[in-house]
Amino acid sequence: MKKLLRLISFVCIFALLVMAGACAEKPSETTVPVGTTTSKSVETTPNAGDELIVVGFAQCKADESDWRMANTKSMQETLSEANGYKLILADSNNDAAKQVADVQGFIDQEVDYIVIAAVNMDGWDTVLTNAKNAGIPVILMDRTINASADLYTCWVGSDFKAEGVKATDWISTRFTADQEVNIVNLQGQLGASAQIGRTEALEDAVAANSNWTLLAQQTGEWSTDTAKEIMASWIQRHGDKINVVYAENDNMADGAIQALEEAGMKVGGDDGVAIISFDANRAYLQMTLEGKINCNVECNPLHGPKVAQIIQTIEGGGSPAKVEVVEEAAFYYDTITQEIVDARAY
Amino acid sequence: MNKINRGTEFPGTTHKSIPRKIFGHKLAIPLLVLMAVVVQNIITTPNFFDISITNGLLSGYIPNILDEAAELIIITLGMTLVIAVSGGVDLSVGPTMAIAASFCGLLLNGSEYRTDVFQNPYILAIFIGLLGGALCGAFNGIMVSYLKIQPMIATLILFTAGRSIAKQITHGQTIYIMNPVYKWLGVQIPGVPVRTTIIVSMVFVLLVVLLIKLTSLGLFVQSVGINNSAARLVGLNSRVVKFMVFVICGVLAGAAGLVGSSSVGSVNSGELGMSIEMDAILAVALGGNSLSGGKFSIAGSVIGAYTIQAITTTLYAMNVRADQLNVFKAVIIVVIIVASSEIFKERIKKLFIRLKQLLPKIRSTLGNIAQKMLRRRGVQ
Repeated sequence: MKKLLRLISFVCIFALLVMAGACAEKPSETTVPVGTTTSKSVETTPNAGDELIVVGFAQCKADESDWRMANTKSMQETLSEANGYKLILADSNNDAAKQVADVQGFIDQEVDYIVIAAVNMDGWDTVLTNAKNAGIPVILMDRTINASADLYTCWVGSDFKAEGVKATDWISTRFTADQEVNIVNLQGQLGASAQIGRTEALEDAVAANSNWTLLAQQTGEWSTDTAKEIMASWIQRHGDKINVVYAENDNMADGAIQALEEAGMKVGGDDGVAIISFDANRAYLQMTLEGKINCNVECNPLHGPKVAQIIQTIEGGGSPAKVEVVEEAAFYYDTITQEIVDARAY
Repeated sequence: MNKINRGTEFPGTTHKSIPRKIFGHKLAIPLLVLMAVVVQNIITTPNFFDISITNGLLSGYIPNILDEAAELIIITLGMTLVIAVSGGVDLSVGPTMAIAASFCGLLLNGSEYRTDVFQNPYILAIFIGLLGGALCGAFNGIMVSYLKIQPMIATLILFTAGRSIAKQITHGQTIYIMNPVYKWLGVQIPGVPVRTTIIVSMVFVLLVVLLIKLTSLGLFVQSVGINNSAARLVGLNSRVVKFMVFVICGVLAGAAGLVGSSSVGSVNSGELGMSIEMDAILAVALGGNSLSGGKFSIAGSVIGAYTIQAITTTLYAMNVRADQLNVFKAVIIVVIIVASSEIFKERIKKLFIRLKQLLPKIRSTLGNIAQKMLRRRGVQ
């Protein structure tokens, strides 16, 4: 018995080590730690007539989610050497202290531009003052920080309220003014900027349209499972009255759809309960194509082109706007095509 | 079994008066709380007890509660045993769920992120998923029983690393299993009007109860939990008992993971079983079990788990605002925990005794006042 147990324990430890090994292998070759890039950039930057624009990119966590992976890839593809850039990627793995050190490393390397997707909102004053003194423009990406506005050049990201307005615009095209519109709202994690913007757009629209009613509102915490549970409870309470589900991300829309289908209600299409979703990840664009999601508003991770555009503006002597919003599309069940779904990388 | 008593019983149990017999019972407080939640529902949500068959499935608030509590019930069974045997908790049940479901999803979908064709038999995938759970349990078990690391610290390792491991298994993406057969485990087997989750959770409760009643596992677990060295001195191999309990907990967590992922038709290692470990610990505590180990009651834990789910569903049904939801939950839980504490019970008992003593006095003074008033009226 003892021997058997010992054997089992060895097998378990071995298996866990193998798993850990698999984890260690994964991080992609593209993420080069700052320490090792120092020598490389020293080789390229001082001579060669400064043909390449050197951009230091402090990413919070390159493989955090599909969205973040697409975001990293977009930066790498746009700011490539073929396009006249040299991108140095520092992945802080969600370690705020490391990220600040990475940015300080960029300043020491005398890069031309610094792009930051901040892990933490606070603690940026010192390092950004250093960057300012060194004359390096700082572009904030996607996440905002608590620092005075003169410490950075501009911010690039999504306008979440504008995303919400795209969705409410679609609702008003689906229903006429004399129809009763009963909406349930699955909110994101309370306090997240995406939740605040998207909820605000809906509440404004409900206030502006007298035939719209917000039946219920609850946070599904971005999760399929929680959203399904809440939706099941709402179906008990309101039943067939519900005709619009406003889910603030794809996963929650998925949960709501499953709860509705299990209750035997028709979802999406021309005459089912209208489903609205945000983010427009590939799996959910597929569901939009299948007609289960009526309107899916994109949350665009492809910040690369916008960042390149800002850099070119500065290079040309101009100054970019303080807030630069990336273009975001909305996809509708009746107009989306298979090509659009297949083209989606994330 | 009755002789192994840690003295946590309510002191009044030796007296035989009927109310005391009822309230002295271990399950009294958990049951009372559950009943209070139910009564509250009768008032606020009139259709709370309506049960109907829609789309070939029993539906209504009650079936919903039973359905949504399923994962928690299965996890709570394992957690009860772990707490009883070690006096510590298993924090890694949530990540273990994610790991088990990831194995299952990987086998079913192969390299596709979204497909409706099974690449391997479903049964095999379930088996491998459970094996993954067992593996996690075994890892915890070795840490706790052989290396003598405190359970909370030992399981903190998988608590921290588990979701990353699960993510590596699924290559960092959410897996969507579109084959309707996958939902048999988490939603409905065609033709059966009861949700499979309800059946599965009942089956697991039955299995664990049988395991405890028919084998000496329950006795061993209690003995080791009450006094580890004494149990060893009487000839129990306490290390093996602890190890086995952690493996059982791992397998149960794995099963919960499979049920959970099946009910949403996808494997998302980032959200599966998120913070379920805290609910499970709470369920064990609400069930009147001591968190320092020893005597335990599976029935209490199951009631505790249903209570938690009933509270959540009730709050959703009452349409409590999202930003106030957790405050309401916290208030209810504080009331429950305080009501079931020994000191509070003592105080209440004393209060009742004093009230009884004061009763004749109050009655006589009230009588006097009434007489005086009557007399005055008579005079006027």
